[in-house]
Amino acid sequence: MRGFLSADRIRMLVPAASLTVLLIAVFWLQPRAMSYTGLNLLFNLAVPIALATIAQMLIMMVNDLDLSIGTFVSFVACVTATFLQTDPVIGVLILAGCIGVYAGMGVIIHLRNLPSIVVTLGMSFVWGGLAVLILPSPGGTAPDWVRWLMTSRPPLVPMAIVASVLIAVVGHLIVMRSSFGVVLRGVGGNERSVARAGWSIVRARAAAYALAGLFAVLAGICLVGLTTSADANIATRYTLLAIAGVILGGGEFTGGRVSPIGAVIGALTLTLAGSFLSFLRISPDWQIGAQGAILILVLALRLLLNRREQAEQAK
Amino acid sequence: MNALRMVFSKPWIWAFIAAGGVFFVTVMFTGGASTIGLGQAALTFASFSVIVGLGQMFVITLGPGNVDLSIPATMTLAATLALKVMESQNGMIFVGLLVALGVGLGVGIANYALIKALRIPPIIATLSSSFIIQSTAIWSNRGLRIRPPQWMADLTTQSLFGVPNVALIALGITLVIFVLLEKSLYGRWVSAIGQNMRAARMAGVPVDGVRFATYVLCAVLASLAGFLLASFSGGAALNMGTEYLLTSIAVVVIGGTAVAGGFANVPGIWGASLFLFLVVSMLNTYGASAGVRMLLTGVIIIGVIIAASRRRVA
Amino acid sequence: MISGDETAVIAVDGAEKSFGAVRALDGVSFSVRPHECVGLVGHNGAGKSTLVNLITGGLAPDSGSVLVSGMAEGEKFSIAGARAHGVRCVFQELSLCPNLTVEENTRITHPALKGLGWRRRARALIAGKLDAIFPGHGIDCTRMIGDLSIAERQMVEIATAFSESDTRVRLVILDEPTSSLDAGLAAQLLGYVRKFVSEGGAVVIISHILGEILSTADRVVVMKDGRVVSERRAAEFTVETLVGAMGSVVRARDARAPSAAAGEIVLTRKAPAGSGGIDFVARRGELVGLAGLGGHGQTRMLVGLFNAGGGDWVSPKDPRIAFVAGDRHVDGNLPLWSILRNMTISLLPDLTRRGLVDTRAEAEIAARWRERIEVRTKDMANPILSLSGGNQQKVLFARALATRAPVVLMDDPMRGVDIGTKQEVYAMLREEAAKGRTFVWYSTEMDEICQCDRVYVFREGRIVAELAGAEVSEERILSASFAEAAA
Repeated sequence: MRGFLSADRIRMLVPAASLTVLLIAVFWLQPRAMSYTGLNLLFNLAVPIALATIAQMLIMMVNDLDLSIGTFVSFVACVTATFLQTDPVIGVLILAGCIGVYAGMGVIIHLRNLPSIVVTLGMSFVWGGLAVLILPSPGGTAPDWVRWLMTSRPPLVPMAIVASVLIAVVGHLIVMRSSFGVVLRGVGGNERSVARAGWSIVRARAAAYALAGLFAVLAGICLVGLTTSADANIATRYTLLAIAGVILGGGEFTGGRVSPIGAVIGALTLTLAGSFLSFLRISPDWQIGAQGAILILVLALRLLLNRREQAEQAK
Repeated sequence: MNALRMVFSKPWIWAFIAAGGVFFVTVMFTGGASTIGLGQAALTFASFSVIVGLGQMFVITLGPGNVDLSIPATMTLAATLALKVMESQNGMIFVGLLVALGVGLGVGIANYALIKALRIPPIIATLSSSFIIQSTAIWSNRGLRIRPPQWMADLTTQSLFGVPNVALIALGITLVIFVLLEKSLYGRWVSAIGQNMRAARMAGVPVDGVRFATYVLCAVLASLAGFLLASFSGGAALNMGTEYLLTSIAVVVIGGTAVAGGFANVPGIWGASLFLFLVVSMLNTYGASAGVRMLLTGVIIIGVIIAASRRRVA
Repeated sequence: MISGDETAVIAVDGAEKSFGAVRALDGVSFSVRPHECVGLVGHNGAGKSTLVNLITGGLAPDSGSVLVSGMAEGEKFSIAGARAHGVRCVFQELSLCPNLTVEENTRITHPALKGLGWRRRARALIAGKLDAIFPGHGIDCTRMIGDLSIAERQMVEIATAFSESDTRVRLVILDEPTSSLDAGLAAQLLGYVRKFVSEGGAVVIISHILGEILSTADRVVVMKDGRVVSERRAAEFTVETLVGAMGSVVRARDARAPSAAAGEIVLTRKAPAGSGGIDFVARRGELVGLAGLGGHGQTRMLVGLFNAGGGDWVSPKDPRIAFVAGDRHVDGNLPLWSILRNMTISLLPDLTRRGLVDTRAEAEIAARWRERIEVRTKDMANPILSLSGGNQQKVLFARALATRAPVVLMDDPMRGVDIGTKQEVYAMLREEAAKGRTFVWYSTEMDEICQCDRVYVFREGRIVAELAGAEVSEERILSASFAEAAA
């Protein structure tokens, strides 16, 4: 019995249960949502959020926090809707350069022992400024292939679900299964013992940041595929959503305890919360508030279960 | 000579020097024509950053992981509710002020309750509460076209001997906060907790009580800033607080307060607030676009923090 | 070089190491050969951990040398170097990543485990070792370390140290390896150690359970005050002679009757039910010592006593308990502040009028205490970190003594303090105790414990002996600190 409700399982169970409950509630309120198109509509916007959440999770994995994810995704969206569409080569170069900047951020934060919150805060101004320079007013066009990818209709299961599952699986393989991911998580768990075993912590942190940059770039591209055009503030709220998604999905701020599958589920839950409220005919005013309430609820639930687990272990 | 060296060893001096430099360059461009106007505008807009920045400063001084992300939402909600209560009547100003401060008090209590009860880092506690506060503000603000009472509008837009009234209010608050930080028992305790929370606890500092008071203080200052800003700009807007999330943290960092906690700096908040506003207006004067302004702001924040880290190593 | 039997795996020659005024190692020579298990014993501060740190490459000696066989001429010895030459150590602190599974931790310690199927290979490696050392262990290698019990973690830690991928393990240092294992598991481990040794390996074992040392080790090295004081074949020692070797010539203790002032009980803490420990009691005007090997629950009890005093939300009007930190970087110093502010933080509520601190009164009190404890500084406004370790510690003393608290808890606060200062502090404590103050004093130094009226000896997280008055002696404390056999 003791092995069944391990802290790890609780971390996985709570988010999955919250998503299921919410989904059942939505279907009950709006049976028409239980269709191919309905599901696609419900979860469409979750895809870029899920990618951004994975990016945030990678940073939190090494005990840091990225407050610039939202503006960075906006910037990438602007690049995608302009350069990537008109001059693909330059577009790709810019995006690759961004990933390099992320790796550099990891290096500087580590070497100078800087608080990641402040550095990424500064970066959010930088990305925001660059985005405004590229697209002073909303506009641009999504490249055809992105548009095609995001609006394709695979048989049986809608694109939004396929993409979410794909993101979760890829994230899981990289972070949880690969020998490389183990070292990155080890840095979050016990940096000293990882260093003692001969690993370079700077390199590990740079790798985690670069990977986060990659996922955030994908988030921006997907977002433009859905919205067809971009503007400089298109994804600013992703910063907070991504943090909330990681936490909802069972991740923690410190200690390298993260779960990519959970993070995707967290992102889906946050997206669904909005639809749920609109089906309840509660004014959209309360959408953000509901996300906050869910976050608090899940954290409370987790605390409760964790306590029970501890009591169980002490016996 | 010695006095000069002492002045230059103060961490806040750089923010003022930078602000002065930017002011000079801007005025040069216009041939001195806009000196007074620019000065007044800078003082006015800096005041709002100063008031929220002072609260955030105390929170950040509590040590790593302490930051209040609910400031923008609190500003909006306080302003909205206060305007509703006052209904543009001069006689209701005092009640409106009480409502605004009450919002701050409630938010502060809720924030620390979350931190303590759920044992979560302050950043996630204030983040989740800000979602709910923001929603409450949106809900109560819907279609709101209430103008502030005339007296309040006059008070916040006019000047006394050339100094904007808002700046005088902010200056008064700054003095109180300065005394609180430098002379009071509470200020000592905050600084002790920020340096080493465990050591502070073992030295008999009532850690929970002090942290609680700090989160309340921060929220109350944010609500006051919201109240004044709404009066100044002729009404409450839903996004009125948005820019203050980043600004409140930025002025604290640039102003010379230690990001890792334990050391706070009041004068620096003024220097940094003036500096941030003046950089924007300088770039405006020289015709730079909004993008360039933001870009430079970001570069400045990162530059300052890297420079500060170098100082610590040496 | 094939006949490795003659060459020591590791040879420390005339090593000296000082930390400030404290001489941790004073010319130690120590070597371990293959096919040999060496027991290392000594009381607190004998120099065991410093010696271990030298061998694992964590510290460099001030003078003398550390040689690992197979090391190239002029090669700089480091943690990585020691590992590469097959030296492993199981530390008392947890050195695994709690957020990773058992097999993932194996991957961290063995960088060679990568590529497809690494997980399977890691599991085979660690599970094989666990099976070899602890048959029937029942640990699932896919579980997270954080979810394992303390005993299971320690088993994994031990198995990790013995596991080998690309380099051969030649020397394993076991620092209190059985502290959380039950008797059955401990026996399995010791049996494996013998097997490992018989196959040509070398082991250094440190333990407070002397029976373990005598039954497992071939040779026992006894340390005291940074020196090797005795070194013989294990068979030539008994538990009694071993305890005797660790102690010094028994000094006559200043005949001191328990304070007459000792009156009503001011502090109590019941031993957890079923633990078999002794309840803790402190009376007014008493100097109560907490003895035993470091890390056996003394600090935990002090912190527990302090927290039970409350004061989390509001500073009490009359402070009841003051605390003198031992590990000053963790729970003592406020590193950004001046000496003055560090000294006065605890008594500020008494110096506050209408919320504002009376800085003049603060400076006066600080000046008085500076004179009383002789803090060596030109200016009390200098940063606390500008002081030497011993002087920082004095400031922390003044911080607690200057308050009105009737009870003062001391968490081994005199490490790194010179002998002159110590004498002054002892006198001050006596004086304060005579005025009715109670001191609860955890110390790892025998002469300090011998200053106390009454002593509780800790072992494995509980109080196992209470000594009062004339009973307080080095011998009694040593024999209570070390167990003959696992409990």
